[in-house]
Amino acid sequence: MRLKFAHSPLLSQPLPTWRARLLLALLLLGFAALIGRSLYLQGINNDFLQKKGESRYERVIEISATRGRILDRHGDVLAVSTPVKSIWAIPEDAMLSPAQTRQLAPLLDMDVRELTRKLAAAKDFVFLKRQIPPDQADQVAALNLPGIYQQREYRRYYPAAEVTAHVIGFTGAEDAGQEGVELALNPQLAGKPGSRRVIKDRRGQIVEDVESIRKPVEGQDVNLALDAKIQYLAFSHLKQAIVDNKAKAGGIVVLDAKSGEVLALANLPTYNPNNRGKLVGAQLRNRAFTDTFEPGSTLKPFTAALALEKGDFRFNTPIQTAPGRLTIGSATISDAHAHGTLTVAQVIQKSSNIGVAKMALTFPPEDMWSMLDSMGFGHPLKLGFPGEVGGRLRPAKNWRPIEQATMSYGHGISVTLIQLARSYLAFARDGDLLPLSLTRLESQPAEGQRVFTAQTARELRAMLEMAVLPEGTAPKAQISGYRVAGKTGTAHKVEGGAYADKYVSSFVGFAPVSDPRLIVAVMIDEPSAAKHFGGDVAAPVFSKVMAGALRTLGVASDAPLKPLQMAAVPVPKDVR
Amino acid sequence: MVRINLVLLLVAVICALAAVSSSHRARKLFIGLENEQKRMRDLDVEWSQLQLEQSTWANHARVEKIARDKLAMHAPAAGRIVSVEKP
Repeated sequence: MRLKFAHSPLLSQPLPTWRARLLLALLLLGFAALIGRSLYLQGINNDFLQKKGESRYERVIEISATRGRILDRHGDVLAVSTPVKSIWAIPEDAMLSPAQTRQLAPLLDMDVRELTRKLAAAKDFVFLKRQIPPDQADQVAALNLPGIYQQREYRRYYPAAEVTAHVIGFTGAEDAGQEGVELALNPQLAGKPGSRRVIKDRRGQIVEDVESIRKPVEGQDVNLALDAKIQYLAFSHLKQAIVDNKAKAGGIVVLDAKSGEVLALANLPTYNPNNRGKLVGAQLRNRAFTDTFEPGSTLKPFTAALALEKGDFRFNTPIQTAPGRLTIGSATISDAHAHGTLTVAQVIQKSSNIGVAKMALTFPPEDMWSMLDSMGFGHPLKLGFPGEVGGRLRPAKNWRPIEQATMSYGHGISVTLIQLARSYLAFARDGDLLPLSLTRLESQPAEGQRVFTAQTARELRAMLEMAVLPEGTAPKAQISGYRVAGKTGTAHKVEGGAYADKYVSSFVGFAPVSDPRLIVAVMIDEPSAAKHFGGDVAAPVFSKVMAGALRTLGVASDAPLKPLQMAAVPVPKDVR
Repeated sequence: MVRINLVLLLVAVICALAAVSSSHRARKLFIGLENEQKRMRDLDVEWSQLQLEQSTWANHARVEKIARDKLAMHAPAAGRIVSVEKP
């Protein structure tokens, strides 16, 4: 039998109308849900999607800020940052063929085995080589290797290298100051990187600035008080002296007596801040700030000054120093050479321990303590250098007479070289002390803290000038053309609580005496050649550095010169 | 009525085209600005490198060595210096 389609028995069955209605209702409901959802996404809650969309073409980029330069007082560069590249890799992605590895290794100054080992590391990120010059990095980029990337960093260079190493210090890997001025003035030098949001097109070019999130702050340049020329003079003469005297270490400080600026500061042994591969502690030490030593006779002028201030002694008051020995309690102090009766001035000139001790024993301990304290001994200068120490000045109430006597000539008290140099400001100026400054001052400070009267300072200048005469302890400190004044110091080193057969030789002085401009303090640690007296070891360094520095600064001479050998050339009248 | 509509349509089209072209121009100028700023940064970098180079050449130790060894110069003795007062 043929079954006709139109007469299908299935179709002839009447369907209930509710089924069609239900279907229609379900479909409409589905539409309504879709419309509602799209309304929700497009109109009401569109922020999220918009953000997602923007993130496809918007980028936040970092704007790097450079660290400020460090300049000397005349603008010579002492530290400057230039960009370098660091090469890093994602080891998983960096599947290099042996040929590629061989190509890459020499560009990074590495051998192939080391590079292979680094790339085999089970880490997400490895630095292959940090801080290589940009042109070298470009060659690496030209190889176009997978998984090898580079990033821009700044590297700090120090053109004067070891000459300024201790003053300037250095920065660490994150461009933060670690030592010296780099640390002391870090807040000023450091820049703050900024960032901004931009739109990039498909070629990676920035086409629109959306907003600046953080403005970058460039690091500020710092003008130090340092004079690069004087610094070099000081460094090279100190170095020579250390070689000549087979010394262990040494330090030198040059101060401007008019302003308290630190014109030069060098220590040896030193290091090259551009290449800090094998640094040892001894090289890193900024001895002028961190090492204390017993100053010895360089402290005698302070005792004499206090004696003059008190009025019991005058410039010419005689003091009996014979027979060169003096017993106080159970201890005996002595002079290197026995002298007879000396005036106060001669006590300083000949550096008599007994003469100074006799003066010191007339003071109450508190007065002597407060004088030494006001000179700045016993507390750090707080210039911001790491590890700066204050030396040792014990409280006066524990002093025994013998201690007071030895302290008067610089034993039983310890100071740093920079403190010692600063304390001589009181003599080089008219009895006042200025705070020291590492940075260049725009104007000269008026007057510092007064510690002695101007009259005392003048008399001390005369005594200290006598010390460099042939009858004094330091004729080698003389400079032709200038009147100089200063004091030697030779102290035994304390080792394990007892005085050892090792010396610290020092010399502190200033010139020209008629109107002091510079103070130079020299310290030589453990001279072990033939000589060890401050007058033989440290005074010649003082003389050379002072002569060079005075000439550099163009300070007018105040002493008659040796007869002019070029007197035949007439000096034109209209010279300007 | 139709004519006004046509004119308005034309104006709208012209405005739209102008907007497109000016935003394109703005982007071009902006790219130019970006390039110049990049050049400025590059020149800054070069300057710092030149400064470094200059201070390396002008190193006091090097200058002294050349002055002494090559040019046979020496500091005048104190007796050979004449200082004159500024009038």
